[in-house]
Amino acid sequence: MSRLYAGIDVGSCTTKAVIIDSRGEIIGSYVRKSGIDYRMAAEDALKRALGTIEPNGIKIVSTGYGRHNVDFAVGRRTEIACHAKGGFKYLGKGFTLIDIGGQDNKVIRIDNEGKRIDFRMNRKCAAGTGAFIEEIAHRMNIPLEELDPLARKAKKRFKIGSYCTVFACTEILSHIRAGVSAEDLVRGVFESVIDRILEMMPIKGTVLMCGGVVEHFPIIAELLRERIDGEVIVPPRPQLNGAYGAALFAMEMDQMK
Amino acid sequence: MGEEKKIPQLKSTKMLKEVMSKYFYELAEASKTRNKKIAWCTSVGPAELAISMGFLVFYPENHAAMMGANRTATEYIPVANAYGYSPDICSYLTSDIGAYLKRETPLKAYGMESVPKPDVLLYNTNQCRDVYDWFSFYSREFNVPIYGVNTPRNQPEVREDVVEVCARQMEEIVPHLEEISGQKFDIDRFREVLADSLKCSLLWEEVLNTAANVPAPATFFDHCIHMGPAVVLRGRKEAIEYYETLLQELKERVRNGIAAVPGEKHRFYWDGMPIWGKLRVLSNTFASLNSAVVVSSYCNSWVFSKFDPRDPFRSMARAYCSIFICQDDNFKERYIEEKVEKFKIDGIIFHDSKTCPNNTNCRYAMPQRLQERLEIPFLIINGDLNDLRCFSEEQTITNIEAFVEQLEE
Repeated sequence: MSRLYAGIDVGSCTTKAVIIDSRGEIIGSYVRKSGIDYRMAAEDALKRALGTIEPNGIKIVSTGYGRHNVDFAVGRRTEIACHAKGGFKYLGKGFTLIDIGGQDNKVIRIDNEGKRIDFRMNRKCAAGTGAFIEEIAHRMNIPLEELDPLARKAKKRFKIGSYCTVFACTEILSHIRAGVSAEDLVRGVFESVIDRILEMMPIKGTVLMCGGVVEHFPIIAELLRERIDGEVIVPPRPQLNGAYGAALFAMEMDQMK
Repeated sequence: MGEEKKIPQLKSTKMLKEVMSKYFYELAEASKTRNKKIAWCTSVGPAELAISMGFLVFYPENHAAMMGANRTATEYIPVANAYGYSPDICSYLTSDIGAYLKRETPLKAYGMESVPKPDVLLYNTNQCRDVYDWFSFYSREFNVPIYGVNTPRNQPEVREDVVEVCARQMEEIVPHLEEISGQKFDIDRFREVLADSLKCSLLWEEVLNTAANVPAPATFFDHCIHMGPAVVLRGRKEAIEYYETLLQELKERVRNGIAAVPGEKHRFYWDGMPIWGKLRVLSNTFASLNSAVVVSSYCNSWVFSKFDPRDPFRSMARAYCSIFICQDDNFKERYIEEKVEKFKIDGIIFHDSKTCPNNTNCRYAMPQRLQERLEIPFLIINGDLNDLRCFSEEQTITNIEAFVEQLEE
């Protein structure tokens, strides 16, 4: 029987588990809310990702903010390392990875050998992250799943100036009072996510977009395409990329023995 | 994060505590009995002048750093914010003024109910304008005079005419100090104090330079603890004796191959202020990743090798005009470059200190320029010297871990 490897990405909002076989193919995955018990969330995500697959001898690497809580993992890697790993396996060439997560954004540059050149994380503020979008949706009283279709109906480009989440909300409320349409405002919110990313470092060449935010709001990748010269690629399950990278590390650790 | 490491403790720490305690008890005594005049001085200010005229010198920056290190600063900063000092300005200032307004001080441990009341306030703007604003508060509060040196900042070079002006400003303080102390200025005593200060400086520099050895016998985090006497006791014999002892211990560690970080694999440069309330967390994080932060711009700022007792005013002016923080980026880059080579550095950590723009060097693309020139990576940590509201421990640790992972790939 082929050996199995798992990556568990315990993020600030969601926990993702990915199971791969010894060829690196994904054979199971699961996403759930992280909640307040990270270990339990990791254990549960793994169990559900496995489904009916027997977990015998499975090697696990954890990543994400809760990586240190996963005491049953054989290794731990930062989400920066795991995203780079998963992204390179998918693309097989040098690229810039943009991960928009629940509470932080990352831009990682990877060379043609898969080695990281450098990386940036957003500063402390939540602006431009998933938390920012959630807060705005809450203030505008629009369900999260309606944001993407709504933004696609926008007629005008709309700019949100502030990079503070609270100030951006105030700015949006004043525009609502002035009669700006919800469609234009929501598109403006997504544009401002792109603005925050482009402030982090110059972005050139091929871009791979990952993370839960782009999985739920694919319009963000389309908006980025309008703003940069290089190609923008989104893997089939961008939210799983970090966990996938962690699983690849588990496989690598096993094969290096 | 890797396994938590057992970090060997420096034996000299016991003496450090004794020396520092003695200094604070001396201040407590003077505060109570007024047996000696007390001058407050900025940490890179004309302290030697005051010492030579019999003043005991109190350093509010040291006081503020104590509150940063014991994390009480976070309780005091909001008090100063409410009083009118913005959360965006120096958090040493806001910690210190906030504590004063709350009538609290870490000096209670040494029997002081409050900071020792000054007879005079002495400043030097070589670090920033905030020190002047800070001392002005106390000048109004205690109704005591404030004198100082207005050093230009961001200097492309230390010009002799600037040195001349600063020296003159120092000389102009003398008659005021004579009047306050009731003591005549004695140039020979001033030369002696300056000579002692120079000795302390050179010993401190030697202490810092032992970290150029691989493995390093002490790290930046040790230096931050052991720099106390170089700041508050320079110009006095106690500081010289202390650094002679510490230097001996470090040399012994070098001879015996004792590493501050057992299994040292990576060596880093730290630019900018320490994050006082998180020294232990950061020290443990780096150590667990087999990484040692071995050199810093900050701790080297108390090396005043230009002091010359033969030309006391001008050499003191020159030394205080030449500190890292008041030079331009070209100077700073050359400085860092030399240290990177000498200390065999693998990467540079820049601390972007929210409330200390003057001692933050990553906001004008210096990291990118150095990365390109030196071909070593950098990491920017967002934080603050004292205001822990500006620091995310989780994000910082992830950044450090990812940085080390990147070096190991």
